[in-house]
Amino acid sequence: MAQVKVYITLKPSLLDAQGKVVQGALHQLGYEGVEQVRIGKYIEMTVADGPQRDAHIMEMCEKLLANLVIEDYRYEVIE
Amino acid sequence: MKFGVIKFPGSNCDQDAYYTVKDVLGQPVEYLWHGDSDLKAVDCVIVPGGFSYGDYLRCGAIARFSPAMIATHEFAAKGGLVLGICNGFQVLCESHLLPGALVRNDGQKFVCKQIHLRTENTDTPFTGALSPGQIIQVPIAHGEGKYVCDEAVLAELDAANRILFRYCDADGTRTETSNPNGSTDDIAGIASANFNVLGLMPHPERAADPALGSADGRAIFESLLKFWH
Repeated sequence: MAQVKVYITLKPSLLDAQGKVVQGALHQLGYEGVEQVRIGKYIEMTVADGPQRDAHIMEMCEKLLANLVIEDYRYEVIE
Repeated sequence: MKFGVIKFPGSNCDQDAYYTVKDVLGQPVEYLWHGDSDLKAVDCVIVPGGFSYGDYLRCGAIARFSPAMIATHEFAAKGGLVLGICNGFQVLCESHLLPGALVRNDGQKFVCKQIHLRTENTDTPFTGALSPGQIIQVPIAHGEGKYVCDEAVLAELDAANRILFRYCDADGTRTETSNPNGSTDDIAGIASANFNVLGLMPHPERAADPALGSADGRAIFESLLKFWH
């Protein structure tokens, strides 16, 4: 089994209203050098090894875990 | 005309839709269980509001793969009439029966209030009983109702008159404050290319009986009957 970490974020072309509000709060706390706050999702899972492993991870991301109309995804595999 | 209302775990407007069809319109209606692929030979499937499967992952993302939605997808592909309201609209977008997606309201808050809609196309099964430009008052109740799509999709929706309803104020003017969630182009409801599928965030089924404060939403259901008969 491999441990897989999937990161899902809103596409850069979409306004991340949540990120904007959090960025405003950080500025208010005095962290004025903070920009580009984007809030996304993080999913952990274990996936069976095999020649199709990466193909299956991408398929799962594209079918269900991310909505490619509004989101981008990337993943890491920890062997 | 026989209607079916899908019940997902977490649906909460299924009874409102059922009531509107049965008691306001006087038409036969059945509940369709999410785990069944039998659509009970209905003429129109209503995908109701609520929080299907807890809105886990994304609104509508899990519901898309339920047996009832897979059957509804096939039904729609053959020209069957499908009406998605609120969470139902989100489910239809996730199912790719309608383009684009619904994301968090610009204001970050769940918005529950009466709003006004302008009817933009009356030449569809869902709007034939309305007059061009007619303003209707119906409620909204959603946290993720901001419609987004890319520019190519927006141009296509606009050119084909597939935007059936836009948010406006009481006299039909579109202003910054009449758009409750930041939807692209003030979009409240869109139809499929063949106009047999409509998804909208506002709740016409909660405004189909004068006792509920407005009966304006009834016209959408009356349109379906007019189209059918």
